[in-house]
Formats: sequence, structure tokens, C-alpha cells
Amino acid sequence: MHSIPKHLPTAKVAATSRSRSAQEDPWWVRWTLISLSVLVLIVLVILPVANVFYHAFSNGFGAYWKNLTGDPATLHAIQLTLFVVPIAVFANVIFGVAAAWAITRFRFPGRTILTTIIDLPFAISPVVAGLMFVLLFGARGYFGPWLQQHDIKILNAWPAIVLATTFVTLPFVARELIPVMEAIGSEEEIAAISLGANGWQTFWRVTIPNIKWGLLYGVILCNARAMGEFGAVYVVCGRIIGKTETMPIRVNTLFEGGTAASYASSFAVASLLTMLALVTLFIKIALEHKTQADLKEAAEIQQTE
Amino acid sequence: MASHRILPGFRLSLSFALTYLCLLVLIPLVALFTKASSLTPQQFIAAAWTERSRAAYYVTFSSSAVAAMIDTVLGLMLAWVLVRYDFPFKRLFDSLVDLPFALPTAVAGLVYSSLYVKKGWLGQFLFPWGIELAYSQSAIIMVLTFIGLPFVVRTVQPVLESLDADVEEAAACLGASRWQTFTRVLLPALFPALTTGFALTFARAIGEYGSVVFVSSNKPKETEIAPFLIIQKLEEFKYAEATAVAIVLLIASFAMLIVINTLERRTQAANSAAN
Repeated sequence: MHSIPKHLPTAKVAATSRSRSAQEDPWWVRWTLISLSVLVLIVLVILPVANVFYHAFSNGFGAYWKNLTGDPATLHAIQLTLFVVPIAVFANVIFGVAAAWAITRFRFPGRTILTTIIDLPFAISPVVAGLMFVLLFGARGYFGPWLQQHDIKILNAWPAIVLATTFVTLPFVARELIPVMEAIGSEEEIAAISLGANGWQTFWRVTIPNIKWGLLYGVILCNARAMGEFGAVYVVCGRIIGKTETMPIRVNTLFEGGTAASYASSFAVASLLTMLALVTLFIKIALEHKTQADLKEAAEIQQTE
Repeated sequence: MASHRILPGFRLSLSFALTYLCLLVLIPLVALFTKASSLTPQQFIAAAWTERSRAAYYVTFSSSAVAAMIDTVLGLMLAWVLVRYDFPFKRLFDSLVDLPFALPTAVAGLVYSSLYVKKGWLGQFLFPWGIELAYSQSAIIMVLTFIGLPFVVRTVQPVLESLDADVEEAAACLGASRWQTFTRVLLPALFPALTTGFALTFARAIGEYGSVVFVSSNKPKETEIAPFLIIQKLEEFKYAEATAVAIVLLIASFAMLIVINTLERRTQAANSAAN
């Protein structure tokens, strides 16, 4: 944590010092609130994270490594997650860019409704999302008999896991890109087109460089949620050990295993997911600075015009 | 907006986005409602309104409301401390607020289930006092509080940052005490953001499954949440009953979505009016 830029907090203090007296709270209020906040974060956030690693490594690093690599079902769960998540994230990136392009670059009837529909997956319980796919593709679902006749397996197999994961993480990229593209505006793109560039050239050489940090931010959030998705996947995957378990489902199976060994293994898999969360958080902080700088730049350019 | 017609790709991007949404969101939703409409109203009520399901809604909605309430209070405090005060490792603590968003819910459930048992890190201090949180409804509330922690902080923080110092100065000049300024000037200004944060936390909590299933004993009529009931019905191949419960949950979520959208539009309107 040595890389935290030291100049940021001081700049803030300088900006607010003018109104110090009216905005300042008594020292004991400040002290109490700070201690309480730190305590809340320690109990709610820091202790749980430390606890994951404590349990995962409680029998030493050797046992930890064996828990992860010695169990073919766990290894398969890791592989399945690494197979499913890129497909879901890729699909949602294409969708997010297309939706953001249509919504921010054109005015058309139903634009606000479209934005609301994009948000729907956030409002729907993952379990309900899973249920919808069961109703469509299950043996007694609407397409079930047809799928069976043609020997296509969707439910209790990877395609359903991909569908459920994609559904749950659908809004992330679009939601991140829409405000960024709205703020940047279309002047540069219009300039490129009037100078004779075609649509794709404009998109790759003007739009993408402008939105790259916002896009990456959306991808990171989408990826973290996709890797950790539990409820929707739980409903559609069938939980066949060594075949259709993703990492979070594997955590649950091992947790329900009941033995001390499977309990420790469960924490070992959970520790991988926790590391993913910590890395995500780290990249997120780094990207937030970049996107905010981009937005500020865009705002300054618009002001000078 | 004639200038926007200069840019290409309108048809391509819009038709792709619409097809994608239809396949992934609208058709599944239609399937859910078609399934529900295959029931007569009596059948629907018989499936969605049993003693067991009513208990499950009660556990879901009451736990979510309590967790959202706790998060609103904690979120206001955290936002206030992070915006107004300076202290060591402030930026580290600020970023830790987002951890519940990044941490898979199954991990949250797993670790919360181990913290509050008799020999757990926190349970060992609480058990002598007779506080047994593990596997009870309190455990559900605890983990939902964790899951929803970032919402209120992240909705209140920007509003608190953009508040004008002049208002507080004016209040102080007119003889208001710091507490009066807080309750009569600052709190009303933060109210829309606080409500939005509450609604977001509540909406997230009523659909939550992954974390709750680990920490709850999942006993019917006691600690069973509505999403768990849906899965139970699915495992018994009672699709119609599962759908009926899902519809109740879905209507509640959509109602929250409308509330959130209205609130956000109002906050935006208030912000642009202030500028």
C-alpha cells in the first residue's frame, strides 16, 4: 500500500479548509465516528477475509495445495469456471458496446425503456433467473422435448451455466459504458467520419481508445461477478460432481460434505475466489483513477469549446 | 439531433442489442409468466400463498428490511467519516467498502457461517453472553448486511461531497448547533440518497441466495427464505409452485426497481437544479 499517492488527501484538505469552522465536528464526535467505522469494517469485512485464509491454510501450505490439486472434482470445477466465464464476459462485452453505441449516439423512441430493460437482470433474483431457464430447457420445459429429440443438452450441462452466468452479468459492461460514452460525446467520431473514415475505422481508432478504461472497468466487474455467481448456476447446473460444478458450487458441495477434510478443502477453493475479489478490487481502484481522469478531460474539452 | 444521423451503425447496434435482450431476458421472462398464467387464480394462490411460503416471504422480507436498515445507518456513518474526516489508511478503508461487491456470495456465506459458531472467531465471545447468531434468522440478517454494505455508502458519498459548505456556514451563523445543522439541514439533503441506498440494499437482499443458504439452517417456516423454497419446489419437480413463488418475488423486485428509478431521477433533477 506504499503506492498511494500522498498528494490527494492534502489537496482535499486545502480545498475545504476555508469552511473549516462551520463543517468541523467536535474532536470526540470525530474520534467516536472514526473508531466505530473502522470497527464496523474490521468486523464485517476484514475479519471474514482473514478467516478464509486462516481456515484454508490451517493445516499448512502443503495441505492447502493438496486440497486444491489433489481432488479431480475441484480441478474440474476450476477448469469449468475458467471455460464458462470468458464466454459470458465476451458476449456481454459485445452486447454492452452495441447497446451503449445505440443508446448514446442516437435518439430513438423507447430509448429509456431499453436502458431499464438492460437493468432488469440486476433486479431479478438469480434463483428466479435459473428457474426461467429450467422452464425453457428442462425435461418438462417448453423446449425440453424438442431438445431431447435432437439430442441437445442444455440444462445440467455447460450451455445452461453459460446462459445463467451471462444473464446475471448482462448489465455490467453496458452500464459502465453508457455514462462514459455519453460524457465523451460524439464530436470526435463525427469529425473522423467527415474526414472520410468508415464506420469500423472510426470505432476502432476513435471510440475504443476513448472508452478503453471504462470498458476494462466493466469487464473486471463483470468477470468478478461471473466467476462468483452461485444462485442461478446452482439451479441450472445439476451439480454433478466432477462434471457440472463451477468453483462456487464446489465450495458448497465441499461445505456440505460434512468431514473436516472437505471443510478445509471448501475454504481452499474459497480462498482462490477471495484472491480474485482482492485482485478485482485492486484493479478497480487503479481504473477508477483513469476513468475519472478521462471524464475530467472530456468535461474540460467541452468547456473550452 | 440531426448530427447523430451522420454516425453509422445505428441499425446494426440496435438490432444486435435488441436480439440479445430478447433471447436472454425477454423470452425467459415470457416463459415464466406463461407458466404462471397456465394456473387458474385459485391454483396460483394455492401455490403461492401456503403457510410455508408465507413464512418464507416473511423471513425474506423482514430479514432484508432489517439488514437494509442497519446498512442505511452504517452506510451514512461510513460515508460521513470517509468524506469529512482524515485518518490513517483512509483510502484503504474506503476501498474495503467495495469488497462485498467483489467477493462471491458463496464465500461470504461460507465464512460468515464459520465466524459465529460456538468456536468461531466472533462466536467465542458472543456465546458466553447467550448470543447465538449461527443458523438463526440473525445469521441471515448479518450476512445480508454484509452483502448490501456498499450500496448506501456509494449512493450517499457523492451527494455528501457535493453539498455546499455555505449551507452549513449559514446554519452555524444563524445559531444552529452542530446537531441541529445535521438533523435539520444535512439529513433532509441526504434523504433521497439514503432512500435510494436503502431500496438498492433491500432489492439485492430479497433475491439473495448464495450467502444465506450457508448461514441459515433453512428450516421450513423458521429460517427458510423464498429463493430456497423455489429451489426446494424445483427439486420436487413442482414447476408450477416454484413459478408461483418466483412471481411473488419478481413483482416485489420490479416494484423496488420502479421505486429506485423514480428516486434516482428525482435526485438527478435536484442535483441539476442545485447546479
